[in-house]
Amino acid sequence: MSARVPRTHPYIPNSAPDVRAAMLAAIGARGVEEFYADIPAALRLRRPLELPEPLRSEAELTAHLEELLARNTAVPPGRSFLGAGCYRHHVPAVVDEVVNRSEFLTAYAGEPYEDHGRFQALWEYQSLMAELLAVEVVNVPTYDGFQAAATALRMAGRATGRHRLVLVGEIDPDRLSRIHDYVRGVHELVPVPAEPAAVRAALADGDAAAVYAQLTDFSGRIDPELPDYIELAHAAGALAVVHANPLSLGVLAPPADLGADLTCGDLQPLGIHPSFGGGNAGFIGSPDEPRLVAEYPSRLFGLVPTEVPGEYGFGDVAYERTSFALREEGKEWVGTAAALHGIAAGVYLALMGPHGMREIGETVLATTAYARQRLAEVPGVDLADPGAVHFADFTLRYTGGRTAAEIAAALLERGLHGGTPAGEHEGRYCVTELHTRADIEHLATALEEIVK
Amino acid sequence: MTDRRTPSRARIAPKPALRRFQQARWDEKLIFELGSPGERGVLPPLPDPAVTAAVGSPADRLPAALRRTAAPALPELGQQQVLRHYLRLSQENLGADLNVDVGQGTCTMKYSPKVNDTFVRDRRIAALHPAQDPSTVQGVLELAYRLEQLLKEISGMDRVSLQPGAGSAAIWTNVSVIRAHHAARGEAGQRDEIITTAFSHPSNAACAKTAGYRVITLHPDADGYPDFEALRAAVGPRTAALLITNPEDTGIYNPRIAEFVELVHRAGGLCAYDQANANGILGITRAREAGFDLCHFNLHKTFSTPHACGGPAAGACGVTAELAPHLPRPTVEFDGERYRLDDGGPESVGKIRPYLGVVPNLVRAYAWIMSLGADGLREAAETAVLNNNYLLALVRRIHGVSVPYAEGRPRVEQVRYSWQRLSEDTGLHSEELGYRAADFGTHYWTSHHPYVVPEPMTLEPTESYSRADLDEYAAILAEVAREAYEEPETVRTAPHRSTVHRIRHEPLDDPAVWAVSWRAYRRKVLGEQP
Repeated sequence: MSARVPRTHPYIPNSAPDVRAAMLAAIGARGVEEFYADIPAALRLRRPLELPEPLRSEAELTAHLEELLARNTAVPPGRSFLGAGCYRHHVPAVVDEVVNRSEFLTAYAGEPYEDHGRFQALWEYQSLMAELLAVEVVNVPTYDGFQAAATALRMAGRATGRHRLVLVGEIDPDRLSRIHDYVRGVHELVPVPAEPAAVRAALADGDAAAVYAQLTDFSGRIDPELPDYIELAHAAGALAVVHANPLSLGVLAPPADLGADLTCGDLQPLGIHPSFGGGNAGFIGSPDEPRLVAEYPSRLFGLVPTEVPGEYGFGDVAYERTSFALREEGKEWVGTAAALHGIAAGVYLALMGPHGMREIGETVLATTAYARQRLAEVPGVDLADPGAVHFADFTLRYTGGRTAAEIAAALLERGLHGGTPAGEHEGRYCVTELHTRADIEHLATALEEIVK
Repeated sequence: MTDRRTPSRARIAPKPALRRFQQARWDEKLIFELGSPGERGVLPPLPDPAVTAAVGSPADRLPAALRRTAAPALPELGQQQVLRHYLRLSQENLGADLNVDVGQGTCTMKYSPKVNDTFVRDRRIAALHPAQDPSTVQGVLELAYRLEQLLKEISGMDRVSLQPGAGSAAIWTNVSVIRAHHAARGEAGQRDEIITTAFSHPSNAACAKTAGYRVITLHPDADGYPDFEALRAAVGPRTAALLITNPEDTGIYNPRIAEFVELVHRAGGLCAYDQANANGILGITRAREAGFDLCHFNLHKTFSTPHACGGPAAGACGVTAELAPHLPRPTVEFDGERYRLDDGGPESVGKIRPYLGVVPNLVRAYAWIMSLGADGLREAAETAVLNNNYLLALVRRIHGVSVPYAEGRPRVEQVRYSWQRLSEDTGLHSEELGYRAADFGTHYWTSHHPYVVPEPMTLEPTESYSRADLDEYAAILAEVAREAYEEPETVRTAPHRSTVHRIRHEPLDDPAVWAVSWRAYRRKVLGEQP
C-alpha cells in the first residue's frame, strides 16, 4: 500500500494528485492545459526539457552539492593574501545570526505595516553609515561598489549638466570597465595620473562634471593629495566624487570632511563574507542638499511620525525621483539590489562602535606597514612605492628575474594564495586584521625561497 | 452550563475562520538611543606588540587632513544588546517563510528551500576569494558552468551570463548588449529608440533611457494586450529593440508575441524578453520558440533564491550565438577536464558586476533546478498556474473586485485585479485595503506606477502555497472587502494589529524636514547643533 502513496514534491504541495483534481474541479476546469489556451501551438516546446535527472530527496541533493563543494578550497585567512576589492575580514557571529533570520532573509518589498523591521534596520544602516562617512544622506545599497561609483558619476553629471569626468589615479580595471559601460554615450572619461598638476591640466579644458578620486587606490595606496583634488574640482565648478574603503574610516578622514560631494564604495569589508564575489554591495553618501538628493536613483528611507506619539514610522524620501514612480522619467533606475548586505553592514557597525572601527583601522594600517617592511627585506623584492602609506593592499616588485605569474604559482604550491600579477614583475598582496606576524613571516620565508 | 464532570470542560474551542493575528510590537527604540559609552559589541584583534614596535603608528606619516580626528558617533552597545535589538526588528518583519506571501504579485514569492542555504553558508562558498587560482575553485566554476547549461535549455538561448546582480541589472545588461550589437554594425547612431510596454517592469523603460535611448511605451489595447497597431506605428529604422514581458504583469499571455518579434526583426531591431514572470511557463514555452534574441530571468523569483529584503538577488541573461561575444566578461569555459574563466574579446560590454556574479544565489538556483528536473519544473509551472486560476476563482466572487481585460481568458502567473467598484462604493482605496490586510498577517501589493488598472491589486500564488493557504488568503480579502462596505472606519483607520499605526508621509517630500539619517533628524528636526 505504501508504494502507492504519491511522492509529491515537497516544494509543490498542490501537485498531490487528489489536491490537484479537487482544485481543478473547484474551478470547473478539465485540466491545467486550459490555462495555457493563449499560448499558440507554434510557440510550445513539444518535448520535455533536457535536464539532468532530478535529485528529489534532500539527501541526494546534499550529496551532489557536497561533491561540488569538495572541489573548492576554503583557504585559512592567514594563508590568503588576496584582496583588491574583495576582503577576508572577521565576520562577527551576530551579523550572520541576524542576516540569516528567516524574517529578513525571505522578506521582499512590503509596506512598513508588514515590514516595519526591515525599514528600521535599513534606516539604521543609512544612519550608522552616515556617521562613518560624516554625511547626512546614504542610500539603500546598490548592487556593488562598481555601480556605486558609476551612479555617483552620473549623479554628478546631472547635478552639473556637464560632460567630462576626470578620473584620478590607479583604478581597478574592472571597476573602470563598469564605469565605462555605464557612462558610454553620455560622458567622456578623462583618466589622469594621481598628481595635482595632471588634475589641474585636465580641468583647464572645462566642462568637467566631476573629479573622481580614491582615498585608497587599487594598490591600497592612501593618496596624500586627495584634499588637493577636491579643492581643484570645486574651483572648476565640478563635484568631487571620492571612493573609499569604509573599513578604513575609523582612522582615515571621511572624504566628506575633506569636502567630497559624493562618497562611494563597497560595503563588503563591513561584515560580509567574500562568497567568491557574492558579498559586494555599493554605497553612496552625500550632504543633505536637495540638488544632490534629487539625483539619487536609489530608495532613501526617511524617519517620520505615525498617528501614535512615540512611534517611529518610515517611508520613501522624495519617491518621485525614482523609476518606480516615473519609469523612464525617473533618475536612472531602481530595483532589487543588495539590501540585506546593508543590514549586515549596519549590524557590523553597531557591534564595532566608534572604538572598534578605530582599532580595526589601526590594526590593518599597522599590519600592512609591517608586511611591507618585512617583505621588502626579502632579497629580490622591492616595494612598488616605498614612500607611501598603504591600507590592506600593496604591490611588490620582483627584481630577481622570475615573473609574477611564476612566483604566484610557486606560492600556490606552498599553500599560499597571493601575488596576483599586476605587471610582468609585480604582484598584488593584501593583509587584514586576520594576519598575524607569523603569517607574514611564513610568506616572507616562502618568497625568500622562490624569488631568489 | 458545562457539567464539571464531563470531558468538555477541557475542550478548547475551534479556531475562528480567520486567525487573530497580532504583529510583534516591541516598541523598539532606534539603535542610537541604546547603549552606554564604553560598552563593546565585538573586539577586533590588536596588532602584535612586535608589529607596533617595528612600524609605530603609520597614520602619523599621513598629512593631518587625512587622519580622522573625531570618532564616528556610532552607538556603543554590548553584544547581546545589539543582537536583541536586531532580533526584535526581525520579528517586526514578515518574511515569506512566515506568511502566505501571495500578495506581492510579480515578485514570485515562492519557497526558498532551507537546504540550499546550508550550501552557501559552507566555508567552501562563503570564504572563497574570487581571485583564488582557478585550480582551487573548480567546484564553484563547475557549478556556474552547469547552471549556464541548465538555463540555456530552459530558455533555448545559446549562451547565458550569470553576472547581473538582479533583474534590473539584467535588463541593463541586455540593453548594453543591444547597444554593442548595433555599434558593431555601424548603426548605433541611427538606432536610438527602444520600445517597451506599460505592463512591463519600469526598469525596462528606465534602463533604456539611462543608456541614452528614446523610450516608446506601448499601451494596452481594449483586451489588455500591448497594442500591435501601436507597435506597427512605432517600429522603424530608428528601432534598436523591443523590451517586453510575457505574460505581462496582468498575468495575460500575449498570443501574438511572435508577430511582435517578427515585426521588430523586419525593421532590424532586436527583441529582449523580460522573463520576470517565467514561473508559470517553465518547460511550456521558451524565448527561443518566440524568436527572441535576448532574455533574462530573475533567479530570486523564478529560481527560488531568497528575496533578502530586496537583494542580493541575481539575474541571468540569455542570448543567441550572434550576440554572445557582447556578453559581460568573464565567461566560464570547460575543455573537458578543467573549468576556467575566459576574459572574452573586445566586443564584450565588459564588467556588469565584480567577478562572476552573486555566487551564493547561483548555488541556490542550481540546487533548486537540480531538485526538480524537467518534470519538476513543469510541475512547478503548471501548479503555479493552477494556483493562480484557483485563487482567481475565489477572489472574483468577492463583491467590489473585478478582473480587467481579456474577459473569460485564463491568467498565467499572476492576476492584476481592480477594486475600482469597491472604491467607488466606499471611498476607500486599494492601498487602504492593503493596510487592513496587514492586520491578518499578510502582504498585499497594488501595482507599479502609474496605475494603468485603477485601484489595483496584484496576486501571484506560485507553486509553493497549499490549497488551504490560498483559501485563507482569499478569506482575508473577502473579510477586508466586507469591512469596507459594512464598517469602513475599521479599514480607514487600519492597521490596528501591526507594529505601527498609520504613518504620516508628508515630511518625506519636504526637504526642510526629511530625515534620511539620525544625523539629519537631530539637526533638522530636533534642532541640535552638529
